[in-house]
Amino acid sequence: MGTFVTLIINGLAQGALIFLMASGLSIILGMMGVVNFSHGTLFLWGGYSYVWSYYAIRFSVVMRLFPDAVPLTRFGSILTIRGVQLPPDAALPFVVELGIFLAALAFAVVLVFALGYVFEKLFISRVYGNIPAQILITLGIQVVFTDLVRVIWGPNPFPIERPPFLNGVTAFGGARIVHYNVFLIIVGAVIAVVIHRVLTRSKVGMVIRAGLQNPDHVRAIGINIRGYFSLVFACGAALAGLGGALYMPLVGNVVSTAGMSNQILAFIVVVVGGLGSFMGSALGSVFLGLMGVAIAMLIPGLSVVANVLVMALVLIFKPDGLFGLAVKKHG
Amino acid sequence: MDQLLKAQDVVSYIGPYTILHGVSLEVGHGEAVAILGRNGAGKTTFLKTVMGLVKTRSGILELDGKSVTGMEPHLIQRMGIGYVPEDYGIFDLLTVEENFRIAMWKEDKETLERRDYVLDLFPDLKLAYKRFARNLSGGQRQMLSIGRALVNDNKILLVDEPSKGLAPVIIESLAQALIEIRSHTTVLLVEQNFALACAVGQRFYIINEGRTVESGLMEDLVKDKELQALHLGI
Repeated sequence: MGTFVTLIINGLAQGALIFLMASGLSIILGMMGVVNFSHGTLFLWGGYSYVWSYYAIRFSVVMRLFPDAVPLTRFGSILTIRGVQLPPDAALPFVVELGIFLAALAFAVVLVFALGYVFEKLFISRVYGNIPAQILITLGIQVVFTDLVRVIWGPNPFPIERPPFLNGVTAFGGARIVHYNVFLIIVGAVIAVVIHRVLTRSKVGMVIRAGLQNPDHVRAIGINIRGYFSLVFACGAALAGLGGALYMPLVGNVVSTAGMSNQILAFIVVVVGGLGSFMGSALGSVFLGLMGVAIAMLIPGLSVVANVLVMALVLIFKPDGLFGLAVKKHG
Repeated sequence: MDQLLKAQDVVSYIGPYTILHGVSLEVGHGEAVAILGRNGAGKTTFLKTVMGLVKTRSGILELDGKSVTGMEPHLIQRMGIGYVPEDYGIFDLLTVEENFRIAMWKEDKETLERRDYVLDLFPDLKLAYKRFARNLSGGQRQMLSIGRALVNDNKILLVDEPSKGLAPVIIESLAQALIEIRSHTTVLLVEQNFALACAVGQRFYIINEGRTVESGLMEDLVKDKELQALHLGI
């Protein structure tokens, strides 16, 4: 029973991370018709920029409050990441630790939002309706901006720590509950509720839902949908960036191949859940997260194969995905 | 009569294909004009060209004396053109209410009064107001499409084949609604159903192979069996 609870929590945490990546990808693909292979690099930029800003802010705060703190080994290249060891029995107050963590997350999300906005304006807007060009240009962005990460922060993986207040484990009835996983589940649930409310209660949400069906008809009722495209792409990017920022502390190290591997998972969720479907992204992510940890425990070598197998089965029996839009798609 | 919509030698294209080879017509304030022609003549493409959904290669398109040639569709719509597309253009993932709200330029007193007028004109929509549009019948979808185009203070309503795919009894009530609408809105109607076009239109243009080939008063066309046979296959 304890193992089961542990697996459920780990699986839900994985699902929450996949959801952050997949929800934006699904709406970008469904509404804008853009096959976005640059989503992984946005995830990666979120991760690296979070880690860099978290360590930079924390280093600066600690050195100011504790001048005898010891700087640790430096990682990176043009920009460096350096931890700091607090003096014995010293600790930063919870509020300060929380502030550093939230500031770093905000920095990563804003940076990746801006990157997404620039990508849309400079590159994506030129290839609407041209899928081969979209694949080439977004793959090009993926390659160039992933290499840029390696140039800026160095090509080698390096270890990182979780914020101290999220770094615990609680034993409960035989289960090992990792605090960071519970935090991820809460963030995923909150983001899901926010996205759902925006989609169902706001004018922006109305335009997104209408645009999923037919962007031309949205234009013909007086709405500049291209303006919404930039916003949607940037928000999708920001969600991927948040996913990347939360992923790095989960796995405990920073590695520049994380973008592509998570992007593949997100694409599988989009196919399994159904293009443009919020519910499909949410439930598909949870399903893949749970299945991922279960397979990893039972037959570790088959975790990637299982994901692809699920996708293949869905494509065979329900090509529109499990929650494909129940509307005729135009335009 | 003051000219509201003017098209002069309009040539438009989709990809490598030129669809309109020279359409010219004029619609005056308060008029109801029908565009007729055989399948594939270019009627729907002309309305899409006016809306900016199909690109213009040459020619002039003006609304109230201002050029709309080459403008983006949302800017053309905001100049005062309500558009009812052939496939209704209803957003199935939105409720009937949301389909109205998304189309409103603003939700002020006048707009809400116009929406109430539409709901009185089409009582079915009032009953289905909170339902998702995907659950509407074909007739209700057409009503919603026309009603949605009426909620703003548009100068002209472009209606593309409103009778398409509808049962005769629905077409009859649609004709009544369009006659009521034309009493206070300028209407440009594309229609294959000759009876409906005659009931609504006061003047007509016939388009054939992407060109305007005939025009005149509807009452004259009704009498001219030879012209009907030549261009409309009636």
